[in-house]
This record gives sequence, C-alpha cells and structure tokens, in this order.
Amino acid sequence: MKRLILALILVAAPVWAVQPDEILDDPALEARAREISKNLRCLVCRNENIDDSNAELARDLRLLVRERLVAGDSNEEAVAYIVDRYGEYVLLNPTARGANWMLWAAGPIMLIAGLGLGLVYLRRRGSAPEQKVEALSDEEKARLAEIMDD
Amino acid sequence: MITELGHFALVLAFLVACVQAVVPLIGAHKRWPGWMAVAEPAANAQFLLTAFSFAALTYAFVTSDFSLKLVVENSHSMKPMLYKVSGVWGNHEGSMLLWVLILTLFGATAAWFGGALPPTLKARVLAVQSAISVAFFAFILFTSNPFLRLAVPPFDGKDLNPLLQDPGLAFHPPFLYLGYVGLSMAFSFAVAALIEGRVDAAWARWVRPWTLAAWVFLTIGIGLGSWWAYYELGWGGFWFWDPVENASFMPWLIAAALLHSAIVVEKRESLKSWTILLAIMAFGFSLIGTFIVRSGVITSVHAFANDPERGVFILFILAFFMGGALMLYAARASAMEAKGIFGMVSRESGLVLNNILLAVAAFVVFIGTIWPLVAEIAFARKLSVGAPFFNMAFTPFMVVLGLVLPVGAMLPWKRASLSRTFKKLLPVFVLALAIGGLAWAVQSGRSLLGPVGMFLGSWLVFGSAVDLWTRTGSAGFKRLMRLPRADWGKSVAHAGLGVTMLGISGLMAWEQEDILVAQTGEPFDIAGYTLVLDKVERVQGPNYFSTMGTFSLSKDGKAISTLHPEKRTYPVAKMPTTEAAIDNGFLRDIYVVIGDPQTDGGWAVRSYYKPLANWIWGGSILMAIGGMLSLSDRRYRVAAGARKRTAAIGVPAE
Repeated sequence: MKRLILALILVAAPVWAVQPDEILDDPALEARAREISKNLRCLVCRNENIDDSNAELARDLRLLVRERLVAGDSNEEAVAYIVDRYGEYVLLNPTARGANWMLWAAGPIMLIAGLGLGLVYLRRRGSAPEQKVEALSDEEKARLAEIMDD
Repeated sequence: MITELGHFALVLAFLVACVQAVVPLIGAHKRWPGWMAVAEPAANAQFLLTAFSFAALTYAFVTSDFSLKLVVENSHSMKPMLYKVSGVWGNHEGSMLLWVLILTLFGATAAWFGGALPPTLKARVLAVQSAISVAFFAFILFTSNPFLRLAVPPFDGKDLNPLLQDPGLAFHPPFLYLGYVGLSMAFSFAVAALIEGRVDAAWARWVRPWTLAAWVFLTIGIGLGSWWAYYELGWGGFWFWDPVENASFMPWLIAAALLHSAIVVEKRESLKSWTILLAIMAFGFSLIGTFIVRSGVITSVHAFANDPERGVFILFILAFFMGGALMLYAARASAMEAKGIFGMVSRESGLVLNNILLAVAAFVVFIGTIWPLVAEIAFARKLSVGAPFFNMAFTPFMVVLGLVLPVGAMLPWKRASLSRTFKKLLPVFVLALAIGGLAWAVQSGRSLLGPVGMFLGSWLVFGSAVDLWTRTGSAGFKRLMRLPRADWGKSVAHAGLGVTMLGISGLMAWEQEDILVAQTGEPFDIAGYTLVLDKVERVQGPNYFSTMGTFSLSKDGKAISTLHPEKRTYPVAKMPTTEAAIDNGFLRDIYVVIGDPQTDGGWAVRSYYKPLANWIWGGSILMAIGGMLSLSDRRYRVAAGARKRTAAIGVPAE
C-alpha cells in the first residue's frame, strides 16, 4: 500500500485542455482563438489538436495564439507566426502549396473519372443487345421445383 | 504446461493451414473429390486448435501467470476480471491471436454452412481462406509470439493501459476484427471465382451474407469505438479522423459498396468484374488497416507499441495477397461478361452511382491517411493531414449520397422514370425541406451545417419509410408485417444512416461548451440547464484512486439528476484518465468533466450541452439491425433447405 501511495504522489497531476485561466476576457477574441486552436496540431501528441490536448506544449501554443490575437494579429497572421516557428507539421489542415495540390485534387479528379467511367458503362449496358436467357436443363428444372416447394 | 500446449496447438494449426491451402486447390484443379474433401476437416481442425491456443492464453491472463511476458506487460493481479479477460486482446500479440481465431472461425463456418456450394468452388474458397491463415500464423509465430516465458517472473504485472479498462473498449476490438476478418470471406470467394472463371447470380447470393455479416460487425465495432471516445477521452469528441479510425472506416465504406454491387450481380447479372474488384479491395483495406495499426509508420492515438520488422512482414502479406489477386483479376476479369441490360435511369444505375460515391469517398480517406507518409518520402515535407481536411473533403460525398439515396432506392430495375419515382417522394421531400428550414430559422448562428444535416437526415428517414410503404402496394398495414425481411432491412439501415446524419450535424452545429472555475455550492448555467458542484471527494477503486465530483443538474428549479465526473489515477500504469459524467437524454446530453483544483479553492470544470449526441450511435445500431434483418431473410436459407432434402433423398440410394 505504501508503494502505491508513493507511486501516486510521483505521478504528475494531469494538465488539462483549455484551462479556465487561459480564456480571454473578450469572447470574440476567445472564439477566434478556439477556431485557430482546432486547426493546429499538438506537436508532441499523436494526432491531437492543441485545443483538445492535455500536453504542456499544447498549453504553451494556446497561450501563444492568444498572445498574438491580443497583440492585434489577424487569424492568418497568428497561424503564420506559429508555422514560421514550428513548421508546416503543425497545420492539421494542409495547405494546397507545392505537391499538396494532388491531395486536394485527388477527390474531385477521382469523382469525375468515376462518373465518366460509370456513364460509359451505363451507355454500353443500355445499348447492348439483349442476350437470350438459356433455357433450364431438365436437371435444373427438377432442382428448381424442389427448391420452390420448400 | 497449459501455456506450452497452447503454443504447440498454434504450431499445429499453422501446419494444418499449410495443408489446407494446397491440397484442396490441387484437388479442385484435377477434380479429385478426395483431395477437395480435405478442406472441410482441415478447416475444423484449424479452428479448434486456434481456439484451444486462445483459451490457453486467456487462462494465463485469468490466473495472472506472470511467468508469461505478455501477461506481465498487460495485466495486474488486482485488475477486475472483465479486464483480465479483455487484456488478452488489449495488446499486439494477443489481438493478433484473436485475429486468426476469427479468421479460422470464418473458414470453419464456410465449411459448415457451405454445403450448397459446388464442391470445386468450396474447396477453392477454403484453400484461399487457409492461405491467409498461413500468412498470419507465420506472422504470429515468427514476429509476435504471445507464449514467450520469462526466466525470472516478477511478483506482479505492469497493468493494462487504463484507457482500455472500460466495458466499451473491452468489446470494441472483437467486433472490429469480426468485421475486418469477415471481409476475408468475400476475398476468398472472389479469388476462388476468378480461379473458377465463373461469376453468376448464385455466387453473388453466397458472397452477400458474408459481406453483410462483416459489415454489420464493422458497424457495431466502429460505433462502440466512437461511443467509447465520446465518454472516455474527456471532451466528447466522437470521431477524430485518426489513421486508425480511418483504417476501420475505409473497409466499412468499401464493404457498403460491395453489398450494393453484389445485389446487381445477384438480380441482374451485371457489374460482375467490378464486384470482384471491390471484394478484393475490401479485404485489401482491412490488411492496410492492420498495417497502419501495427507498423507504427503513421502516428496515431491508438496504435500498438510496435516495431518495423512487423510492419515489413505485414507489408509482404499485403503485397502477396493484393498483388496475387489483382494479377489474377487482370488475367480473368474480361471473361466475366455482363448479361442484364438496363437504361440510364434505373435501379442499376442508382447502385452504380452509390458505388462511385462510396468508393471515391473511401479513396479520399485513404489518400488523406497516407499523404503524410507520401509527402515525407517523396517531397521531404513533414506535414499533417487532420480532421479539418477530412471534414472538408469527405463530407460532400456523404451529402450527395444522402441526397440521391431515397430516390435511387425506389427506382425500379431495368428502366425507370425519375419523375414518377420522385412524385411518390415529393411529400416527404417537402417535409424534410420544412424541417431544414425550421432548423435554419430557430438557430442563432447562420451556419448551413445544422439545417442541411436536418434536411438530409429527415429526407433519408422519411424516404425509407415511403420506400417500405410503397412495397405494400394497396394492401397497407396487413402486408407491411409480411414484407420480406430484406425489404425491412434495407429501409431500417437507410433510416439508420439518416439518424446518424441528424446526430452528427446536430451535435457539430449546436454544441455548447463552458469552461470555468466552479466553487462548491455556487450554481452555473449551460444552455438553460443549471449545474451545482455539491462536493469533491477522494475515492479508491479496485486498482485506481479517484477524485470524484458530485454535481446536481436541474432545469428551471426542477432537479434532473446527480452527476459524478471523476479524475482517476492508475498508480501501476502511472496514468491519469478523466471519466466524464453524462446525463443522457433523447434530444441532448449534458456532459460534465472535472479538472484540477484551483488556488482559490474552486475546481476547473468543463460542461457541455450536446444536442442529438445519442442519435449518432442510435443510427449505427439501426444500421446494424437493418443488416441483421436482411441477413435473416428467408431467401438466403432456401438453398440450405434444398440441401437437406437432397441429402435425405441421397441416403436410400447408397
């Protein structure tokens, strides 16, 4: 039991996503901060945004975002400020710059290709000559009767 | 001793699988009945041996046998029994064993229920299924052996990750694996049909129940996982577009597409080669999912601790089965000629559109999931693709799908008239528009999300009802209860999709959040409800310590319920967890989380008003029920009945 209590004391108290003391007084500014936070990645976490994350670093980033907004930055400027320091990796919503256009265009291109192929297929099915349905053999007829009886 | 027997059974199962993968295949090619017949007892033996092996591992967990490395790393003597058992699959090695257990179970059920299959097809299906088993038995035995002993066993274990010590998550992996692995049956049937060179309506009728079952299990598994995330992670998110979630979502989408295209093969003998391709891809995405979860190449919240050697092994399995199947497909697909002809506007073309939307949506999820990897390898850019991308790129497909679904579902086969079908749906279309308009008028913000979601959701729900009602013709209620189960299943599942859409859009559009420092006894408001923090106390659980708050929830002075959010610390695993307290309601959840004590004596508290939250999982349950109804349709059992009769006739002749 003593060991358990000791272990408990050693466990760092969990820090917590958005603390009451971080919240800005101006609700409009705070709403913008939340919006921005939802699109920034917590760098030390696995796939979490800084708004939801409990990590110390996420808190620092949240405070940094709020600092920039209070200093009068626009949303874009505040994000650019963070990206300059932490790299493109913090953006959960990737830009369309460079090769990333492929990522963004993939869906629409595939959809158009799919619709095109589908249309060609449907055209062909619509105009295909009707195939004669082969008559059932006696054996098949007997089996059919058996199944239908069931 | 039991552990060693379990290990030995696993090795034996591996050997049986090797035999079953080869002998029936040769038998089917040479038409040797004896060789083909090997498949059936082998499938049974494989399943029984694996089940024994799994039972042996479970026994080690239940009795806390700390001479086993796996038990030490994932269990603890003070853990509740439920989590001792679920700890078996709460880790990489054990979950792989569960994976192959389910794989062999599906193989065995194919042997039990496959009596109506032509013998060559059955032999080939079982052989292909067994080839998959061979790969995964080898994977377990050579890279992830769960039966390794420790020379010096410790006194106690290191405990299971506390986040996983939860009833929702105890059953999430088994369902998910039943779904993932169930798709292996569709794959085996597809490859067997390619070898056979024959795809017809009967083939589609055999393959559809397996796909349907897999899809139902996936739906339940994904639903459970999302529900768990909602109440366990502490802020009520239900879907994070995390790589591991995507890994289960892609097979779900493809399986949904496969279900629908198999209907066209069954009823109209068209779309054959596309259906085969979908069956191959569905299992391919399952394997990709396995790779993502276990290789560690893509960072994710849920991934198991892992090493690259395993990743490479799975990549080889993936390359072998996908490469082999697709090569076979390229060689044989042209032989699958379509028979039925149909017009531009018809049920068939509706289902083609369904397939395009689902397949492209799955592709979008896929490219978003692997893009960080591609960008890093090919362009040396380290970047993230997260929820905002997926929300933007994926949602439009679902909107279009929801828009066309009720109409497509009611179009007659072969040749249809859009205006005639739409006329039947016009009243509910207007009704759905009115509901969307009402949502627009009532909400305070000017966001489109809520109203569009309400419109689509109700359009789907009412549209499904109309679909079912028109099936009765003029006979009305009397006929309604006697409609085939498949018709009911279709409508219930489609309505379920609508309910889920209502839930997601309602929650995302109208959620309210409040973060504050609560003092004991001082009431505060959230969305018209009043919360009071009554007290905070320290509580000790079986293997954790907890800080538990007591809140009273009331509205307009009327008490509703008492909520107990907790902050737990698991001393052995050295991990804290938050346990949210939720007051569940039909139209809304009130969700309370307690945080740290503040210097002024108050407690940090987050409270949420979450409208329609439960509809998300309610819809998932409806979808699963719809699938099960369809699965229980009498028409799938006709073949089974016919089989019994031939057997009965066959006896006196001998």
